[in-house]
Amino acid sequence: MVNVLRRSALAGLALACGIGIGAAAHAAGEAVEPPAIDWSFNGLFGTFDRAATQRGFHVYKQVCSSCHSMDLIAYRNLAQLGFSEDEVAAIAAEYRITDGPDENGEMFQRPGIPADRFVAPFPNEESARLANNGALPPDLSVMAKARAGGPDYLYAFLTGYVDPPDGTELMPGMSWNTYYPGHQVAMPNLLFPNGVPYTDGTEASVHQQAYDVTNFLMFTAEPSLEERKEMGVKVILFLIVFTALMYAVKRKLWADVH
Amino acid sequence: MGHGLANSSFKNPVIRWMDQRLPLFTLMHKEYAAYPTPRNFNYFWNFGALAMVVLMVMIVTGIFLSMHYTAHVDYAFDSVERIMRDVNYGWLMRYLHMNGASMFFIVVYIHIFRGLYYGSYKQPRELLWILGVIILFLMMATAFMGYVLPWGQMSFWGATVITNLFSAVPVFGDQIVMWLWGGFSVDNPTLNRFFSLHYLLPFVIIGVVFLHVAALHITGSNNPLGIDPKGPQDTLPFHPYYTIKDTFGLGVFLIFFSLFVFFAPNYLGHPDNYIPADPLVTPAHIVPEWYFLPFYAILRAVPDKLLGVVLMFGSIAVLFILPWLDTSKVRSARFRPIYKIFFWVFVFVCLMLGYCGAKPAEGIYVVLSRLGTVYYFAHFLILLPLLGKLERPLPLPTSISEPVLPRGGGAITAGATAKPMDKA
Repeated sequence: MVNVLRRSALAGLALACGIGIGAAAHAAGEAVEPPAIDWSFNGLFGTFDRAATQRGFHVYKQVCSSCHSMDLIAYRNLAQLGFSEDEVAAIAAEYRITDGPDENGEMFQRPGIPADRFVAPFPNEESARLANNGALPPDLSVMAKARAGGPDYLYAFLTGYVDPPDGTELMPGMSWNTYYPGHQVAMPNLLFPNGVPYTDGTEASVHQQAYDVTNFLMFTAEPSLEERKEMGVKVILFLIVFTALMYAVKRKLWADVH
Repeated sequence: MGHGLANSSFKNPVIRWMDQRLPLFTLMHKEYAAYPTPRNFNYFWNFGALAMVVLMVMIVTGIFLSMHYTAHVDYAFDSVERIMRDVNYGWLMRYLHMNGASMFFIVVYIHIFRGLYYGSYKQPRELLWILGVIILFLMMATAFMGYVLPWGQMSFWGATVITNLFSAVPVFGDQIVMWLWGGFSVDNPTLNRFFSLHYLLPFVIIGVVFLHVAALHITGSNNPLGIDPKGPQDTLPFHPYYTIKDTFGLGVFLIFFSLFVFFAPNYLGHPDNYIPADPLVTPAHIVPEWYFLPFYAILRAVPDKLLGVVLMFGSIAVLFILPWLDTSKVRSARFRPIYKIFFWVFVFVCLMLGYCGAKPAEGIYVVLSRLGTVYYFAHFLILLPLLGKLERPLPLPTSISEPVLPRGGGAITAGATAKPMDKA
């Protein structure tokens, strides 16, 4: 599995470089097609790669979540990724939740429980902008469905930080990204080799981290994907049998008419 | 008619008792079992029944979705996501509904083009056709308002663009737009009324569909030859012959539908609609759903706003008078060699307009949109009236059974013009 990951990451890197060179010729503002990646959740029988998605959660938790909220996701949703009930409770308990008012009319702090939604890094949009040079880090809950190219784009974006082409002046606080429409993006490159410690022996390369967190983002955007595809296969099989049967009945009924 | 009980041919005493007092069973039997149907339908005649099924799917899934949806600008987006995540089979209901809208238009567009090809709008079926155009118009209004409900970026900006079209109305334009919005911009009152109307209009559609079917059963169905049945040898009872044929067609259609719902549910949608609506951020390209693209291309083809709006609505309105624009007495394109060519050119132009509608309004796309728009109207307003006078149609067969029946014996006679598909 790790081999497959590495190979797709390498293929992605090679493609990214190839397209990156081509992209310099593109006028700013034009979107660069992200390379297609063979995700485990693609195809008729696609499922989430549990290990990658769990690692992706750690990447989100340690890197992305310092700026990006995930308002639609609750800690309990992590159970679907294979985290045990105790692990989910422990993760939730790491956060302080403002609750209340209590019987004295006061708001109070309590440890998180699995039913709580992910705690947002900023209390409101204004404070998020203040801390981010005026830019608003978008909520990531459905991000994997909210950009053209979906997960392919997210992976390409996260691995698409390069030096700006010669002669291009970056606006203050901006970074150059091959795949971002317009290329100048307020989010800096935040993935570094071994930036997130992996405990399962996987090498925490930038591509691996980007791959893992994209898996996690696809899960949060489409948590019913596995259930949907599983049901879809059954529905299609049923319909094929049903339709074939109806065709046979139709042939028989019409035989004496022709 | 008069006093007393209705005649009933049903033997079961309970059914007979009811049928004598309210002859629903007799009606159903007459309209859906015995209904004499031309025997030579091809598979294009499945699409009316398919449209009926999709309408039912839309209404049932829509009712369940509305139980969990919150029509408020602050909650609409999240409530849709809640349906996707926390409601049992909510994702299934939503993806069925979302893709069902596209399926509805695919089915209805094929149904309409079938009518155009085989001249189903001609005397005596003019009113039947007009009722169909009304259904199309209601469907478009319903689909547009439904797309606004998830309150994503495309919802908001689509609603803004389309409602703003009415500002092109001379003198009262701005007042009309404000009245549509219920405020000074697309906002909570707009969302609320769109939800209300989105729930109402499908039931209006059911009503018009009922009239559409009632009118159909007065004139009887058209058929691929476009000639009237001469007697019982030309028709078959609707049940079981066409009920089974429609059921088989439905199976094929449901497989197609399911492939989208289960394996590519967002393929026909736009990723921007997964970004919550933001009145301060305009998307780079505002595009409507695919089924509106040809009309969107016509709207943008005209540099003058009012004229663009008039032509866009005119492109539907011209269908209302189509039965009188087409002067040919021959219905089926099979016997109209010149019309047949222009029909396919027209299909191509509609697809081209759709393609242009998806592209930014610049360069070659504007030129193509303009050519396409001119051709679209010329087809109805110039070509069809002239063709009826100039074209020399092929000789019509004397009856439906004449070209169909000999095929059953295996011998292909020179007079048999029907293609193999017709007898299936």
